[in-house]
Amino acid sequence: METFLNNMGALFENVTNITWQMVVMWLIGAVLIYLAIKKEMEPSLLLPMGFGVILVNLPFSGAITQGTEEGALSVLFNAGIANELFPLLLFIGIGAMIDFGPLLSNPKMLLFGAAAQFGIFFALSMASLLGFELKDAASIGIIGAADGPTSIFVANFFQSNYSAAITVAAYSYMALVPMIQPPIIKMITTKKERLIRMKYTPKDISPAVRILFPIIVTVIAGLVAPKSVALIGFLMFGNLIRECGVLRSLSETAQNILANLITIFLGITVAVNMNAETFLRWETILIFILGLIAFVFDTIGGVLFAKLLNLFSKNKINPMIGAAGISAFPMASRIVHKMGRDEDPNNFLLMHAAGANVAGQVGSVIAGGLVMTLVSAALGM
Amino acid sequence: MSINISAFLDSLNIMLSGMVSIFIVMLVIYGIIILMGKVFSPKKKKSK
Repeated sequence: METFLNNMGALFENVTNITWQMVVMWLIGAVLIYLAIKKEMEPSLLLPMGFGVILVNLPFSGAITQGTEEGALSVLFNAGIANELFPLLLFIGIGAMIDFGPLLSNPKMLLFGAAAQFGIFFALSMASLLGFELKDAASIGIIGAADGPTSIFVANFFQSNYSAAITVAAYSYMALVPMIQPPIIKMITTKKERLIRMKYTPKDISPAVRILFPIIVTVIAGLVAPKSVALIGFLMFGNLIRECGVLRSLSETAQNILANLITIFLGITVAVNMNAETFLRWETILIFILGLIAFVFDTIGGVLFAKLLNLFSKNKINPMIGAAGISAFPMASRIVHKMGRDEDPNNFLLMHAAGANVAGQVGSVIAGGLVMTLVSAALGM
Repeated sequence: MSINISAFLDSLNIMLSGMVSIFIVMLVIYGIIILMGKVFSPKKKKSK
């Protein structure tokens, strides 16, 4: 009987190692899983992340390295996130999914992909003002890229102390774009502006242009911001596979199997950094606020830029299109289209918005590279 | 963590450089797309 009790005692001894911080993290994990399943908020990322949070916050969890004993999640983290490999591989899949046709038909939309990155730099400045180190401020600012892999890539590049909070904020706000953008757009546009109709004339894009586009963008971005070569290069490599016309099965693999496989590993592995000690601090709340500021100022930047263009342009642009210049695809373009239809059921803004939205994908990656280059130079890295 | 005005002022320089650079890159890409559209336009092929 004594042996039995000793065995039971040894088996359940670990229960006494549970701390309240761990319980809070389990609840955070449960909330992420709830949001993924019930609210369908970025479920492919938030669900693995939520489960990963629970895995790593069990006392002496074997999923993460404890002393000399290696844990599987820590091994995956070192193999795929610490060296930025997973976000890059995911970019091949994303690149293969993007149709740049609407942008190539109407390249003016590229400018909105630039203007709507304003939130990145604004949040970076705000984070600096609040006393974050420049490398952390840059990583926080990149939440405004509205692009999960770019956020993970940049935060890891700067070895930010807050990479877990940044990742969760980036993916959460991407999922919340339908709630964040409409009130901001309404606040800074008039009804008359929202009613502006834009003519869309679809153009026949030659296959040569579709093939050359990813190559040229890689070269240009790489020359200006060499640190962005991997980011933009992998994205555009995926797109080249799609557009070349001779690698259909590779394109399908990249879009489906590769992207899904990496997403599974990325989500659960990101959680390695979400342990109670590093996540439960007041800076995490601040990061979430700054992330929201980044998204809000992305939207404001895009809309105000469209208004600025309207001062000089004969063919007026519906300023809501500017808000679609963020990277969150296709949510941002759908929101703009829906808001346009709500004002005038016969106003079809989808193709313009889609052009601005894919421009935002290019813009966010280039902005990520520029942030890495400028901040590295400022830090003498 | 406290308010850091000098870091904020330094970061404005990064903001300005970043926004100017991204517009330059996008304008260059814009120009090249227009150029490619002219060189590889389907109409031009037919006229050949």
